[in-house]
Amino acid sequence: MDGIHDMGGRQGFGRVRYAPKAHAFHADWEVRANQLYGLAVRAGIFNMDEYRHAIERMEPRHYLTASYYERSLTSLATLLVEKGIVTREELERRAQGAFPLAMPSAPGRTNVVARERFKPGDRVRVRLDFVPGHIRMPGYIRGKTGVVVGESPLYPFPDAHAHGVESQDEPTYDVRFRSEDLWPNSAEPALIHVGVFQSYLERVAPA
Amino acid sequence: MPDKDLVIQRTTATVPQRVEAVEAVLDERGMKPAESVEQLRDMAEEAWARNGARVVAKAWVDPEFRKRLLANGRDAVAELGITMPKHHRHLVVLENTPKVQNVICCTLCSCTAYTIIGLPPDWYKDLEYRARVVRESRTVLKEMGLDLPPDVEIRVWDTTTDTRYMVLPAQPPETRGWPEEKLAAIVTRDAMIGVARL
Repeated sequence: MDGIHDMGGRQGFGRVRYAPKAHAFHADWEVRANQLYGLAVRAGIFNMDEYRHAIERMEPRHYLTASYYERSLTSLATLLVEKGIVTREELERRAQGAFPLAMPSAPGRTNVVARERFKPGDRVRVRLDFVPGHIRMPGYIRGKTGVVVGESPLYPFPDAHAHGVESQDEPTYDVRFRSEDLWPNSAEPALIHVGVFQSYLERVAPA
Repeated sequence: MPDKDLVIQRTTATVPQRVEAVEAVLDERGMKPAESVEQLRDMAEEAWARNGARVVAKAWVDPEFRKRLLANGRDAVAELGITMPKHHRHLVVLENTPKVQNVICCTLCSCTAYTIIGLPPDWYKDLEYRARVVRESRTVLKEMGLDLPPDVEIRVWDTTTDTRYMVLPAQPPETRGWPEEKLAAIVTRDAMIGVARL
């Protein structure tokens, strides 16, 4: 989905609120939220793709104003409700107030049938795919051409794995793009590497 | 849209109240956190980042280990007894040189090799870093205190899959010959993310 979470290359933001050696946690509730998420993952209540997708499905205004650990907690609570472990009413009764959850999911999809194996040095283009469900392709590389620099072991296919759709595991490729190709005349020169699932890629003839 | 679904309303529970509600639900269903808040805080902020520092120090003093680390990060860190979550199936180690600066981000969420470099700080997960570092990398790094000479090539790595990345910082020349433990002590999480040099 072309959701609000897809931040790469968006303009209008100010300075990074950076402090050297900044802490990962501030309040105790953040540590506990992180623990609870870890418990649910270890108990096999949901997989990482379902978890990430439930964050992406947060109502955009909520997403933009929530801290990281609030986003994490919202995903956890949403999945507990969707998996039938608790009702929203019970959560709200226990929390003594409204408990904002993520929006409903749209259908997922399985792997692309015509997938190719690539090797380092191959030129590839990111397919012009628009999907309503989960996808790990940042919008800024859609339709763009780059060069393969690495191949990973096989991973579950996120577009399916987040939705309980059957699929085959597939490799991902580290693809090197030039920032000037991603944002012509509107980016500082750099090499941008993105991990791209095999299903998102097609071969391009050598230049 | 009925009122109860509005995100911002007077009666929305606070986030700590919501954490307590979820905790009570899991507790009632027999799931209890194994570690205390203090233990988890220490692991996330100290113990995990020390893992990465040990890896970097070892790579600086042992050229054969460095080769293995660059070829297959996951197997190489396992030699030091360092484990990664099962779903992190691949660790790619990015070697900085005087002319190359690698920097890691996750524009879609906040993925990191957290058992190697520690849980990421707020700024890594904030909208500003995620939006800007891929498009204005040199300016962003400069604002964060890393003013790179113009001839240094910047390579940004967006963590969009469960492959994880860590930056292998260049060893400061004045530390040549130091013992491994002393070297590990100078390696920071920010250098392993790539927003600082040592």
